[in-house]
Amino acid sequence: MAESDFDFSAVERRLGVSRRTFLKFCSGVAASLGLPSGAAMAMAEAVADPKRRPPVIWLHGQECTGPSESLLRSEQPSLEHLILDLISLDYHQTLDTGAGHQVEDIKKQVMKENQGKYLLVVEGAIPMANDGIFCKIGGETMVEITHEAAEHAAAIVAFGSCASWGGVQSAAPNPTGAVGAPQLLEGKTVVTIPGCPPNPANFIGTVLYFVTYGKLPPIDEKGRPKWAYGRLIHENCYRRPHFDAGRFALEFGDEGHRKGYCLYKLGCKGPETYNNCPSLEFNNVGGGVWPIGVGHPCFGCSEGGVGFNKPLFSLADVKTHTPPNMFPSIDDREGNAPVSAGAAAIAGAAVGLAVGATAMASKKLDKKEQDGE
Amino acid sequence: MSAYQPLKRPVITFPFLVLSVVALIGTYYLVQRFIHGMGPVTNINGGYAWGIWVVYDVVVGTALACGGYALAITVYVMNKGKYHPLIRPAILASLLGYGLGGIGAMIDMGRWWQFYNIFTPWHMNFNSVMLEVGLCVATYILVLCIEFAPAFLEKIGAKGAVKALNKVLFFFIALGVLLPTMHQSSLGSMLIAMGYKVHPLWQTLHLQPLLAILTALTMGFAVVVFEASFSSVGFRRPSETPILAGLGKAIMGLISVYLLVRFGEVIINGKLGLIFAGDLGSLMFLLETALFVFPLVVLMSEQRRGHGPLLLWASVSMLFAGALYRFNAFLITYDPGPGYSYFPSTPEIMVTAGMVALEIMAYLIIVKKFPVLHNAETA
Repeated sequence: MAESDFDFSAVERRLGVSRRTFLKFCSGVAASLGLPSGAAMAMAEAVADPKRRPPVIWLHGQECTGPSESLLRSEQPSLEHLILDLISLDYHQTLDTGAGHQVEDIKKQVMKENQGKYLLVVEGAIPMANDGIFCKIGGETMVEITHEAAEHAAAIVAFGSCASWGGVQSAAPNPTGAVGAPQLLEGKTVVTIPGCPPNPANFIGTVLYFVTYGKLPPIDEKGRPKWAYGRLIHENCYRRPHFDAGRFALEFGDEGHRKGYCLYKLGCKGPETYNNCPSLEFNNVGGGVWPIGVGHPCFGCSEGGVGFNKPLFSLADVKTHTPPNMFPSIDDREGNAPVSAGAAAIAGAAVGLAVGATAMASKKLDKKEQDGE
Repeated sequence: MSAYQPLKRPVITFPFLVLSVVALIGTYYLVQRFIHGMGPVTNINGGYAWGIWVVYDVVVGTALACGGYALAITVYVMNKGKYHPLIRPAILASLLGYGLGGIGAMIDMGRWWQFYNIFTPWHMNFNSVMLEVGLCVATYILVLCIEFAPAFLEKIGAKGAVKALNKVLFFFIALGVLLPTMHQSSLGSMLIAMGYKVHPLWQTLHLQPLLAILTALTMGFAVVVFEASFSSVGFRRPSETPILAGLGKAIMGLISVYLLVRFGEVIINGKLGLIFAGDLGSLMFLLETALFVFPLVVLMSEQRRGHGPLLLWASVSMLFAGALYRFNAFLITYDPGPGYSYFPSTPEIMVTAGMVALEIMAYLIIVKKFPVLHNAETA
């Protein structure tokens, strides 16, 4: 690791955090991204240098502002300072001090001055039905605004499930025709940070990577950074040993639930949801603060087609790591009766009877018509 | 006076006795269901909350009972009077079919004694498709009773009542066209609410009501052909093929529209690949489509349309197609998630078989005792 001659005293003054806390934060982000230790220093320098702060245009579509809220409430040391100093947040409807046409003009000006240099963050789904009239800002539809902002963006990040794949409002019958940013901006690379709300660390890590290296981290086919969404929740879940051993909570508050057994049979969608919740948790307070940690099955908020689509208590499709064959089947539910031979015979007989009777009638009808003629 | 006459034949025949045995077995299990509850009698579970009592008795059964509806449209809306002789048996079959549907819904209800609450306005949920279906079917059964009342009144010789009824009957006939249009499409809407559990080839969302009403109407025409063919053979009455051939034309038109919408939806939504996936869904889709295409091909030629046996086969194929379409969507390819499976239990099937047997027995008794079938000369 190259010795840095960078002086962090300016950062200490500017952000109000100690040098030690600041470097710890940067190392933590680099480590969770799976980057070598040298990256932490590079990131620290990138953040400390105010000249390299990229302008950010932050759009809001159909959503609850949950991703912004989760980012603002993050308890990492002085994160609100860091986030506001790490980037130059030039347009964000909920955080802007200005209002109305004033901020709209500023947005247009910033986009013009920083063509090809600004970071575009989309939060919320984009309604496509009826020419997109279901979401308008300053007289323009979200469809137009997103297209306009995406055209000259250096990078596009869809933050939250709504922006990533449509979220709750895209659930059937989807009256507003809501889609995520990647579906609207076909042909453009959109990094998605799904979650409802998404973990702020996944966003900060991605943005820090962008600030440091001027490019986006490796992403999967759905645009998700691999470092954050590379594994199923099931793979790193601390309740996994219970799953493997066949110990399940069967209802809320039963013995298994109180003992912390696997929540699969309560409808946990961890086996089909890609996210890093088990290792990051939420709110940085430790102690298992995340849905499965507090005893509620994962509902698949970050996974398109699972969250808001599948019922809460229906069993997940276990994509990997099914128990060995000699174990009892995990997805046996109560009340399944096998097909009885008698029932199958009667059902077959009923169909056969209908066809046979038709054959008989048709024969007689044929004879009758020939006699008649 | 009336163009309709009771068939003067003995009621107790060999087929009638066979049917009564089936009905007796069904009744036995029905009693079991009311003593021990749904669990011991049926195979339904948390994933498959609807078994054949709903899917056959209500969803398929009421579609099979659409003969009265289809003919009412033809005779009274399209003003094609030549089909009028067919209407009374068709309305009788509709009444019995819908009665089976209503009873089927009732016995499938876990807490059936709360059934009356559907009629209490302060308990109604106006956003529910089920409410629409429930109320509409219940009202339609009443309307069918009124539509069929002339046959009963003629039998008891209440001429004044028949006259009075005939004056207001147009209103009930109009209702009899409106109500099935409403609830038969709503039966399709129920699939919308089942969302992703319905196989993508059958989950057509906004088109569900249209496909449901199209198939119900087609099945209505097919069932009229079916009934008329069977009663001409069974009761040794003259063949009605010439008049039925016209209905074959209607079936042909409806199937064409149906197939256009069905395949249009599959193609536009990019689901064509699923048809050739080779799994259960794709095989059932192919089988179902074949059953729809067979009558279309048969009925396309005027000559084949006029041939009684072929017309019968075409209509039976159509009935199977419509029934399979519903079975596929509601049960066979329906996927409530891992861990659930369903095949009806023997008692469950026997209850349904018993109800169907009762329905046929009632039909046989009524056509033999009441003026339902038209005089041979007026055919």
